[in-house]
Amino acid sequence: MALSQDEIFEKVQVALVDALGVDDDEVTREATLVGDLGAESIDFLDIVFKLEKSFGITIPREELSPEDILTNSQYVQDGVVTADGMAELKRRMPWANLTEFEKKPRVQDFGNLLTAGDLCNYVESKVGE
Amino acid sequence: MRWLWVDRFTEFVSGSHACGIKNISLDEEVVDEYSPGYPMLPLTLIIEGLAQIGGILVAEHFGFEKRVVLAKVGKALFHQPARTGDQLRYHVKMEATQDNGATVVCTSHCDGNLQAEIEMMFAFLEEGKFTTGPLFHPGDLGAMLRLMNLFHVAIDRDGHPLKPYANI
Repeated sequence: MALSQDEIFEKVQVALVDALGVDDDEVTREATLVGDLGAESIDFLDIVFKLEKSFGITIPREELSPEDILTNSQYVQDGVVTADGMAELKRRMPWANLTEFEKKPRVQDFGNLLTAGDLCNYVESKVGE
Repeated sequence: MRWLWVDRFTEFVSGSHACGIKNISLDEEVVDEYSPGYPMLPLTLIIEGLAQIGGILVAEHFGFEKRVVLAKVGKALFHQPARTGDQLRYHVKMEATQDNGATVVCTSHCDGNLQAEIEMMFAFLEEGKFTTGPLFHPGDLGAMLRLMNLFHVAIDRDGHPLKPYANI
């Protein structure tokens, strides 16, 4: 039986609470993983393991961390993602809300882009496969 | 001080699980000095012992080609102290792997009683991160594993003894 959006959020919330040591009420759909919830780079690996276990899905590394795009000179110039790069990011991460990032797409800001809601959208796309 | 917190491997099944024992002795300085008047093995060194078994389990699964480091302890429950004269029996089960890390689930028992429950995550250092090159001098890791009797008990998934690794 397909999971509802609320069920997905609750499980994502549990994963983030466990991985980041934050309180339930801090994990809102709008909360950014890095800025609001304090995730560090190593936490993303932990979150991946927890989501895989909780939802029974496989998460290839490049799907949540498009480092190959952000370090590719074809897609980045002077620390800013080019139009081609944005198109590639949107293709790779259709579940992420890139609207704000697109206004000023500096690579250094990408790390603080993802929200708990984005993760829910990503998981929803995976459990529906 | 030598940084060996497992006395002996007692079981090792490649990619699955590993077991080992740790005897607590009063002549270990950390046991005597950690809590004066109440000699016990510091809890962190129980985590370290389990991490050594887990790290080897993970590293062997990847042919000792990854630079495996303990990255995170997700859960650590201790039900009783490990006192002098105790023998801890460690069990570490591989839970999940990625191409850049792995998780394991661990228990420690003493006299048949559950002594500790630990969950931990290992990450693989990318080249150039923190340090370059291998984490061990040539031969050192293999020597440590022989001291711990790993190759006396280690088998692959089919039950055959592990073949020696030339890269450790």
